[in-house]
Amino acid sequence: MATGKRKFTIIPYLFILPHLVFFIIFVGYPFFNGLYISFFNYDYLRPEATTFVGLQNYLDLFRVGSVKYFEFWNSMRVTLTFVVSSVPFLILIPLGLATLLNTKVPGSNAFRAIYFAPWVLSCAVISLIWWWIFQSQGGLLNHYLGALGLPTPRWLSTMPYAMITIVIATVWWTMGYNMIIFLAAMQDIPADLYEAGRVDGANAWQRFAHITLPLLRPVMTFIVITTIIASFNLLGQPMMMTRGDPRMPNGGGATEPVMLRIFTEGFVRPFQGSAAAMSVIVAMMMMLFSFANFRIFRQHE
Amino acid sequence: MPTQTLTTPIRHSAARYRFQKMAGRIALYLVLVLIALLVIIPMVWMLSTSFKLKSQLFSREIYWIPKVITLENYTKILNNPSTPIARWFTNSLIVAVLTTTAKLVIDALAGYAYARLEFAGRKQIFGLLLATLFLPGVMFLVPNFVTVARLGMLNKFSGAIIPALASVSGVYFMRQFFMSIPKELEEAAAIDGCTTFQIFFQIVLPLAKPALATLAVIEFLASWNDFLWALLVLKDRTVQTLQPGLRTLQGAYTSEYGLMMAGAVIVALPVLVLYMFLQRYVVESVATTGLKG
Repeated sequence: MATGKRKFTIIPYLFILPHLVFFIIFVGYPFFNGLYISFFNYDYLRPEATTFVGLQNYLDLFRVGSVKYFEFWNSMRVTLTFVVSSVPFLILIPLGLATLLNTKVPGSNAFRAIYFAPWVLSCAVISLIWWWIFQSQGGLLNHYLGALGLPTPRWLSTMPYAMITIVIATVWWTMGYNMIIFLAAMQDIPADLYEAGRVDGANAWQRFAHITLPLLRPVMTFIVITTIIASFNLLGQPMMMTRGDPRMPNGGGATEPVMLRIFTEGFVRPFQGSAAAMSVIVAMMMMLFSFANFRIFRQHE
Repeated sequence: MPTQTLTTPIRHSAARYRFQKMAGRIALYLVLVLIALLVIIPMVWMLSTSFKLKSQLFSREIYWIPKVITLENYTKILNNPSTPIARWFTNSLIVAVLTTTAKLVIDALAGYAYARLEFAGRKQIFGLLLATLFLPGVMFLVPNFVTVARLGMLNKFSGAIIPALASVSGVYFMRQFFMSIPKELEEAAAIDGCTTFQIFFQIVLPLAKPALATLAVIEFLASWNDFLWALLVLKDRTVQTLQPGLRTLQGAYTSEYGLMMAGAVIVALPVLVLYMFLQRYVVESVATTGLKG
């Protein structure tokens, strides 16, 4: 090993070089280039027509009453609605599942494998499956709801149902991920703590509330932040299940999240400068969000 | 308090205690099975639909096992030139295998250097890499697309593969692994006069097989399932991969749910089979990376 030797050697740099080259081109450079592009009218198909517009792409997003303003902030509202309505389920359900599996009854490993399975499927696959289940014509859900004499809403095209379908599909798809992390953390909690709790007469709920939960706090911070970020990135499910519909009266869609708006702006329409400006705003909000969460959880520790 | 707990078992007869414990178990299993059904049913429905004739899709009754089992949906999408799903399958496989292989080599090399080798700027460079893990991916979407377009990599597999090699998570994963193995073997080899490359390829890499396998599974899944980036850079039907392909399929047919579910099965089956055999690797990698992150 190089320990002891102080002579300069190029070899370590050869080890990191392949990765570093790609890192510089596709992480380092775009970090600045994204900001740079956001100051231009830019269309990748017509690079010669690029014009500097200063802060115009940003100002457009803040010009109250314009279509762009409405479309963008509507999509931000949709994203936040999705975050607020999906994250609690994506934390509570996995927490519950992990608690059930942590009882270590025979077969719990098989159940763990089943609950996690949807996570390995792609966004496109799960979107198609749930899109079919929620169909008004031939859809599985409305068939059984109808048979039970319950109302059969048009799930994918009316509100709030369209948002609910996206939340359900997402929870079904990704709940296993957080469950695995919770479960791993629970299995790290020493068994004597529960033994001591039992001796002190604590019932199952008390042991959960006073032993499990407090010891899960660091993992909880991680899960809350990563889940919020993942929910912020919502794109494929509305793209394939609702197409962002139903339409809003002033433009934009009731289930069109900000990632879909950026996709439309930059890759369906030829406004990559404007899409870059939207990305910068969204990225800043996401970082603020994570930072705030981090601080809140740190204070409790 | 202790006296109270001591009296509890005496108050119940032993049989009643056992009955309660048993009832609790049964209730637990009922809940576990119910949830398992909720998880499995959508997948079974996908599979069932894929074998149904269109005329059966909208019948008044739900048939979980189709009255007539047909492969028509599969043959139809496989033979339709506007949705060349066999081609897409090959494309997905090429992209996923090449991405995974390249990542394993690059990330193992870099991870080893950041874990073990000494060089000026190691801490600073690695710190910088780690810091970017917290940056939201959306920031990179437009500028990386512009870079890929400028480099002439649109509609080429390289446009899907090369940007993926920049990711830091694999380097971090390998570094964590190399930090966890004992140094003695490497030190002994160094005393015997082995070069750094010899140590890495002959001693360290063989030890790293389980970590490499885990990383391979995770990276293959990520590449196979990638939707947005593949949608952006691989647009032509001939170079498309399966995930955006499913969207093309959805747009190509109206209310032909049997066809679409057949497409979904073709996309889902490889990963489900992979998961069945390598479940341990997938689950463990999530558990460890999740905890360390």
